[in-house]
Amino acid sequence: MDFDLARPIYQQIIDEYKKKLIRGELRQGDKILSQREYAEKARTNPNTVQRAYREMENMKLVETVRGQGTFVCIAPEQLELIRNEMAGSVIELCVSEMKALGFTEQEIRVRLEQVLVNAKEVITDDRV
Amino acid sequence: MIEFKGVSKNFGRTRALDAVDITFATGKITGLFGPNGAGKSTSLKLITGLNRPDRGEVLLDGRNPMDSKVDIAYLPEIDHLYPWMTIRQAASFVSDFYGDWDGERYKDLLGFLGLDDEMKIGKISKGQRAKTKLLLCTTRRSRYLLLDEPLSGIDILTREQIIQTLIRDFREGEQSIIISTHEISEIEGLVDEVVFLDRGRVRLQGDAEQLREERGMSLVEIMKEAFRDAN
Repeated sequence: MDFDLARPIYQQIIDEYKKKLIRGELRQGDKILSQREYAEKARTNPNTVQRAYREMENMKLVETVRGQGTFVCIAPEQLELIRNEMAGSVIELCVSEMKALGFTEQEIRVRLEQVLVNAKEVITDDRV
Repeated sequence: MIEFKGVSKNFGRTRALDAVDITFATGKITGLFGPNGAGKSTSLKLITGLNRPDRGEVLLDGRNPMDSKVDIAYLPEIDHLYPWMTIRQAASFVSDFYGDWDGERYKDLLGFLGLDDEMKIGKISKGQRAKTKLLLCTTRRSRYLLLDEPLSGIDILTREQIIQTLIRDFREGEQSIIISTHEISEIEGLVDEVVFLDRGRVRLQGDAEQLREERGMSLVEIMKEAFRDAN
């Protein structure tokens, strides 16, 4: 994966795994890449990957079993928590950028509604 | 750990390093960055003991590099290999000198880098020579690996292979790697720590992730800014 080099890389590794968990691409019990494999694949410092994995263990997203590898090990409440957290940060970013452009809350609401309607139409068009 | 304490080094009237203090932590990959003439190669030569400081001291695990028994593998920027040797002959030459040569790893790396060790060093391409230099120093299980401009003038695919070799073989915790380069963008994701040198002085040093976090910029941008402020 390509990292944004202006942000800490270990955080981006964690975010990548969080997204995979939220989308259901990774499920309870799935084995994830070993630290070495990940470092090689992403051409990243092994110490950085180690830090990301250690934090994911502390956040109770994964568990490392000695000699066997690292596995997804997340409680449903925890998954719901990171799902809300990620949604919150995406929406907050959107709203704060809109406000920085000078849009009022009402305008933001209307535009958001419009985008959602348009997106629905595109999907319906595709079906036709 | 490698320490530079108030190190100055002149070559004739040129000051290569000017009262430099640097600490290279054990178990980390450090990027030694800076433009041409910043003092990067000189710093590496001081660590190997090939050069001595005029003032100050360089300590390798607390000892003078000359007396130190610490294993250092050094990849110089220049073409230092004999052109009439085959890769295999060069390898046996190096393995005779150093007890930390790992024969298994040699075969593995040879295959990974796509080199045939019957090839004569004078007849191979620049990229293959760069890979051969890397092969000869990473086959050793040295505690310190010093690489002087390992990517300079090398095509992009070979660069990727070199970077991957370093990641594959890096032994976290016990091995320390120092990479000098003026092409930072290539190895942004590879380094734990950075030292920015400019005209013999340290402009900035620190933890790469912490610098990104604090400044919200890439290492390339951070270096540009540090140099702008200095000039």
